[in-house]
Amino acid sequence: MRHDVENNESMVKQVASDPRSDSVRPGSKHPKEAFKSVFLRALETIGRPLVSILIAFIVAGILIALTGINPFAAFFQFFQGSLGSKNGIAETLVRATPLAFAALGVAVAYRAGVWNIGAEGQIFMGALGATMAGLYLPPMPLLVHLPLVLLCGFAGGAIWGGLAGIFKARFGANEIIVTIMMNYIAIFIVSFLVTGPMKDASGMIPQPQTVELPASALLPVIISGTRAHAGTIVLIGVVAFVWFFMYRTSTGYELRSAGANPDAARHIGINVLNTVVIAMAISGGLAGLAGANEVSGVQHLLTQDISSNYGYLSIAVALLGGLNPLGVLLSSIFFGVVYVGSESMQRAMNVPVEMVYIIQGLVIVAMLLRQLGQRRKG
Amino acid sequence: MQNFWQQLLSANFIISMLTSSVVLAMPLLIAGLGETFAERSGILNVGVEGIMLFGALSGFLGARLSGSPWVGLICGILAGVLMSLLHAYLTITVVADQVVSGLSLNILSLGLSVFIFRAFYGLAGQAVQAPGFDPYSIPVLSRIPVIGPILFQQQPLVYVGLLLVPIAYFILFRTTFGQQVTAVGEDPRAADSMGVDVIRIRYASVLIGGATAGLAGVFLSLGELHSFSELMVGGRGYIAIAVVMFGRWNPVGALLAALLFGFANSLQLYLQAFSITTLPPQVLNSLPYVVTLLAVISGIGKGFIPSALCVPYKRGD
Repeated sequence: MRHDVENNESMVKQVASDPRSDSVRPGSKHPKEAFKSVFLRALETIGRPLVSILIAFIVAGILIALTGINPFAAFFQFFQGSLGSKNGIAETLVRATPLAFAALGVAVAYRAGVWNIGAEGQIFMGALGATMAGLYLPPMPLLVHLPLVLLCGFAGGAIWGGLAGIFKARFGANEIIVTIMMNYIAIFIVSFLVTGPMKDASGMIPQPQTVELPASALLPVIISGTRAHAGTIVLIGVVAFVWFFMYRTSTGYELRSAGANPDAARHIGINVLNTVVIAMAISGGLAGLAGANEVSGVQHLLTQDISSNYGYLSIAVALLGGLNPLGVLLSSIFFGVVYVGSESMQRAMNVPVEMVYIIQGLVIVAMLLRQLGQRRKG
Repeated sequence: MQNFWQQLLSANFIISMLTSSVVLAMPLLIAGLGETFAERSGILNVGVEGIMLFGALSGFLGARLSGSPWVGLICGILAGVLMSLLHAYLTITVVADQVVSGLSLNILSLGLSVFIFRAFYGLAGQAVQAPGFDPYSIPVLSRIPVIGPILFQQQPLVYVGLLLVPIAYFILFRTTFGQQVTAVGEDPRAADSMGVDVIRIRYASVLIGGATAGLAGVFLSLGELHSFSELMVGGRGYIAIAVVMFGRWNPVGALLAALLFGFANSLQLYLQAFSITTLPPQVLNSLPYVVTLLAVISGIGKGFIPSALCVPYKRGD
């Protein structure tokens, strides 16, 4: 099923079908021509998602108009709320960051030839790992504690994703069913812990949540007076690291080769089963970072609903971002804008906040539909 | 401890627990039966969850606006067919990725269902009631001890669900259409060369899956609570997919798998309600998922999985 996306997305195919394509320089062509083709390709890379976004907004606007609300006024609120103020931008970053972590994971797994639709469960396990490191390690300074918290978040997700990889590679289990089941099991594990052993029993009415993490385990606020936190800075570092890992290391090369053409990869001595496990572990670890980010940067404690569908949405984010690290970054910001903008439309214009999901769903459908036009042309 | 066994083994307790098992199994079974068709034809629809939600809403609206639950039932089924048509178009005609298309259906449906519901009834909509299905005892049969109350004193949609099992079985294994569905899911190219219209069969199978998912949604909104909530489906669509795999892509298997899931769910609810056990609810709640996971890992379904599941088909490739 990975195969057909590849066939249809010329842009994706460019990279995925030949892992060495990045090192092939367009030197054989005339420089001017080469520039033109690079320019066109860049335009197409950005243009395709933009057209889908435009279509989604037109349909969403019609829906809003049908409920008797002026869509132009509503969309003014949408952008005013998400991008028009310091706090709006901060909230957009707060929403975009976990989505980007998880979507980065989806993109890595996809490049290695596996669909990771288990990000939701991996986010929960990452959040759990981060919480445990935050609460149960002896007191230590922030510069030691915080990295450990994030690392344990990564580990929690990596274990959960890696397990799914092992089930697929060693037992030939269908990864879609396996990851969906593991999503629920992870949610139940966290639910059990926060209503039982890890529950904060103090307070008048004990809630199903843990106590707050100590300050040394929290991602500091980066824009004062808002919720924007250092998780976004960590994210930028991680994006760079993932790019370097995937495109500049031999393991990354092996992952991409196994994803692009398993038979050929096997032929040149790559253990494709191992790459599946490694890819799923890294992918899960990145989703785990999304969970750690929520615990350490936003909620400051662990609850039963630490992820608001971020795991499932991350697949949409990854796809809109063309399944590459930089694209994922941009696309997660767009999804963050949709979240915050929709909330602001609800506050100001009474448009139901579920517009979030309508716009996101429409963007993906429009992306998929455009494949048809592409094929006809090709 | 003695109290525990007394309560657990009393006839009334067991009967009412089994009755609720059947009710809890029904949406999984109904959605699973149609999804069996879709998957046997080679199209995985992860969007069952979303279609069920949209079906639940459409059924609710239809029943409330017309005053008849049966009109609601038809609306729910039509809504399911309509939603699955989008999935069929995207996966069969556009040849888009099946998982992505299914997930986008889930996201879109969550948004649309709640948006439409809020547009009609505002934020306090969950208290709004629609005419729904009430229990109907089948004469004679309902008086059979034990089996009567469990199977024959239910609401009509339970009977519909149970009847769908032999119907699905008959269509799949005793009609040309059913054999074509299987052929297309096993080897579309071979089926095509034998003169089977692969595209048409796949469309039909996905739409059947949509119709039953819509029906399963109506079961949730009109069969039980006679109201609508966006949390209504709560992952049952995904479990329905597990039911299909666990049931080895066979309607009878789906029935058994759905009953197992329904039983685990009901056991947990009853043990909880009567505080018979100190076991945390999450342990029992997660049982169906753990069992399915073990089943998939141990390879129980292997050899039954349609060979061309998730493999797109383009003529002349």
